[in-house]
Amino acid sequence: MTPPAAPGEAPAQAHAEPSTTTLPPESGGSERGSRVVLDDESIRRALKRIAHEIHESADGTERLYLVSIPNGGVPLGRILADNLESLTGSRPPLGILDTTLYRDDLSTRNARPQLRKTEMPSSVDDRVVVLVEDVVNTGRTIRAGMDALMDFGRPSHVRVVALVDRGHRELPIKIDYVGKNIPTQPSDKVVFTAEFEPESADQGADGPTRVGAMGLSVIESGARAGEGGSR
Amino acid sequence: MIGRDLLGIEDLSREDIETILETAERMQEIGNREVKKVPTLRGRTHINLFFEPSTRTQTSFEIAGKRLAADVVNFSVSSSSVTKKETLLDTAKTLDAMDPDVVVVRHKVAGVPHRLAEVLEAPVINAGDGAHEHPSQALLDMLTVREQKGQLEGLTVTIVGDIAHSRVARSNIYGFSKLGAEVRVAGPPTMLPADIESLGVKAYTNLREAIEGADVVMALRIQMERLEGACFPSVREYAATFGLDRAKLRFAKEDAIVMHPGPVNRGVELAHELADHRPSVILDQVRNGVALRMALLYLVAGRGGR
Repeated sequence: MTPPAAPGEAPAQAHAEPSTTTLPPESGGSERGSRVVLDDESIRRALKRIAHEIHESADGTERLYLVSIPNGGVPLGRILADNLESLTGSRPPLGILDTTLYRDDLSTRNARPQLRKTEMPSSVDDRVVVLVEDVVNTGRTIRAGMDALMDFGRPSHVRVVALVDRGHRELPIKIDYVGKNIPTQPSDKVVFTAEFEPESADQGADGPTRVGAMGLSVIESGARAGEGGSR
Repeated sequence: MIGRDLLGIEDLSREDIETILETAERMQEIGNREVKKVPTLRGRTHINLFFEPSTRTQTSFEIAGKRLAADVVNFSVSSSSVTKKETLLDTAKTLDAMDPDVVVVRHKVAGVPHRLAEVLEAPVINAGDGAHEHPSQALLDMLTVREQKGQLEGLTVTIVGDIAHSRVARSNIYGFSKLGAEVRVAGPPTMLPADIESLGVKAYTNLREAIEGADVVMALRIQMERLEGACFPSVREYAATFGLDRAKLRFAKEDAIVMHPGPVNRGVELAHELADHRPSVILDQVRNGVALRMALLYLVAGRGGR
């Protein structure tokens, strides 16, 4: 079967690891035409700022519920939960929501994308749910994520965190908390990587394991013409 | 890469089987939700074409299709024109003209799903053909063992009963062997095909030897009405020799699990005390059957780019 790719954002994400949220360590810099846009330090700084923004927003941190979209959202959600815990003294619940079964391109593809874990430890009813995603581009993954969320209940609010916003939106989706806006060509690939080994295959959402080195690179389409992407 | 149809375990690679099991493990979570439905196969038509009565498998496929939001249509013998002597292929072509996205077939003759797969536009899933294969049952058995034991590699699996007439046994022999388990079969000589060891299993006529050190003991349903007198002298004798009970199970590993594809003949192939409680995992098998069949439908039905 083919490796996973986000709906409508296939060229943007290259999480080739099948059933875990483990991503390979940073390798973007060594590829031709690839440049590191965010290093580990700037990603962590962005996540600190976003945690402050979430904390200062009018939503009320006691009703927060972080929901990561795999694979890239999982380590980011873990760090955001750490940051919010040190800001507020209480750790928000942290879940994982796979959007694959809600994709809008399943009937047009021949191969079926691999499913990732979904783990929703508590009810979303009347919660301020913050979806955590690494790269947002067309907005189709976020649309799928919102539909999936509604099957779990009725959140009071839904917000979106994106480490990177590429901006080529195809749906009216707004990002509430952005790490960095990065102008790219639609055909470029944006790859987020993190050294992250969840403690067990059954429990990836939250746990004691620390997230190791992260990085985010842009691979320009000119340098890798005819390669990558799923269509 | 899993092909267009799902006809038997014999055709699948180890990677295919692992893909199916991993997909099924993700599907299990949907069964725990309050809203047990995802929109994946919305607008897709799933036809159950059962020429042989089967409440369990048919219901399981039906629930699986509905949890993926497919429109499920049951076409069963009693309500069909098979009783009006329509040929198999005419029936199939009639159904095909209604543009289904997947057809799930059970037939008492081996090879029927394969023949239908040749003529139908829609992909075909074999839900049991004669004494040949019952792939979804074997896959849900493997899923259940993986859930209980973590992995299949290196396990010893003993299948007890009418090996010669059992499609469940055949599919499980292929499946467990491909995933690295040691498979043993046991039964009276009349129920063990002479060439069964050519499938890579060890055959036993002594139950105690067969379950010595086993991690999994699977009892098959004995078709009493058909076989009494033909393959064994009496049901009582079969139960005494090959029926599983706690005393016989002592020879297996301490943490061995007991499986049965159902429906159970209580007191024949399985004692009452084993049918209802641990170490039996019979109800886990049924529960896993839905998730496994969701995985098959997801991987096979309504794919684009044909």
